[in-house]
Amino acid sequence: MSNEKGQYVVVSKLDPTFKYEVAHQPGGEHIKRCFQCGTCTAGCPVREIDDKYNPRKIIRMTLLGMRDRVLSSEFIWLCSTCYTCHERCPQDVRITEVMNVLKNMAVKEGYIHPAFKEQARLIGTFGRLYEVEDFDNKKRERLGLPKVEKTFDEVVEIFKITGLDKLIKEA
Amino acid sequence: MKYALFLGCTVPVRAQNYELAVRKVANILGIELVDIKDFACCGFPIKSIDTETSLLIGARNLCIASENNLDICTVCSACTSTLTELNYKLITDTKFRHLVNTRLSKLGKSYTNEIKVRHFVRVLYEEIGLEGIKEKVSKELTSLRVGAHYGCHYLKPSEIYEGFDNPEFPNSIDKLIEVTGANFVDYNEKRLCCGGAILGVDERISLTMANRKLASVSAAECDALISICPFCSVMYEDNQRKIEATFNVSYNLPVIYYPQLLGLALGIDQKELGFRMNKVGVNELLSKLG
Repeated sequence: MSNEKGQYVVVSKLDPTFKYEVAHQPGGEHIKRCFQCGTCTAGCPVREIDDKYNPRKIIRMTLLGMRDRVLSSEFIWLCSTCYTCHERCPQDVRITEVMNVLKNMAVKEGYIHPAFKEQARLIGTFGRLYEVEDFDNKKRERLGLPKVEKTFDEVVEIFKITGLDKLIKEA
Repeated sequence: MKYALFLGCTVPVRAQNYELAVRKVANILGIELVDIKDFACCGFPIKSIDTETSLLIGARNLCIASENNLDICTVCSACTSTLTELNYKLITDTKFRHLVNTRLSKLGKSYTNEIKVRHFVRVLYEEIGLEGIKEKVSKELTSLRVGAHYGCHYLKPSEIYEGFDNPEFPNSIDKLIEVTGANFVDYNEKRLCCGGAILGVDERISLTMANRKLASVSAAECDALISICPFCSVMYEDNQRKIEATFNVSYNLPVIYYPQLLGLALGIDQKELGFRMNKVGVNELLSKLG
């Protein structure tokens, strides 16, 4: 638990309402149950490789109210969504969902990881993660597989309904 | 047995070998797969940045299947968990269903008939069953030793999967391997995630995760790693050369889709199972079968 320079949490800079904000989002409801046992971190395959991702610590920072540090961080984007922590958490904190809530909140604050932004742009344009070219459909035809649609207008429409189209453009 | 086939984004353009094998195997085992041209992305890649959009994109697919009164059969594990979870919520939470239906009414879509979502491998395991498959096996693959990669979203979050397998000690794919006559091998990193979801965020961590799995499977002297998800295969197969170069190792480990393995046991011609599209050569593996 350290600030940029090293050792201390600056209490005056904490936002005690942050945890309630997280708890109000779908998926974040159980965050206050965390008693910091560290089962999540012990089983996390990402943490095993690089300790810049540490789910127990991220939850602690959130409970303490380190709003800006958490939402502007790179580490919230490192959850591989393997659900190992989710399965093992004795308090049913639903950590994978909590990470998701934090990422959603980060996006609303203007922090969006470029990799996820690009995926959203593709889906918001074509309705799928990969643009289907004529080449793909010709290959499929040769293999005896049915043609797939290139674009889905309804998915593009959903981006308009929720406003994600604008959010991606502005970010 | 009839299902709407949900291919997702990756399979139709990057894993046609998987798709070919699924269709051939389904045909032999009497699973009718219906193609629905309106299916789009499941919503998984959007969940991190905007859950609401993700839910609506996912629900749109469920509405289409629901209107056609068809259950959904998925082939990608991320699609499986995203759609299973959402479908579970639509069935159990009437307020949520009303909200989704209201939001999607602009598109003329609504979730009406309750349907179910099943991974193709789960359909094989639960509905065709091991005995049902065994009856159709015409060529036992006894000379092969293979390791199963379960991945994460095929099993977890476990509360949405009705306990069809154990998330900590899974064995459904091992049993499905056994029924082909091949030997399933237990290896140390059996539960390890492929790391695919963070490939674009931190390539080094992601490839290190995949490398651990490949090292473990190779050390257990497997002829192949068995995959049931196109993105796990991207990590282990498409990225295998890169992993070998990055970590100065050599595996040359074939990664094949379970329906390809099963297809061989069902006596389907190798050429019809898309093996020439596998990125790590499978000639040695296939020659073992005689």
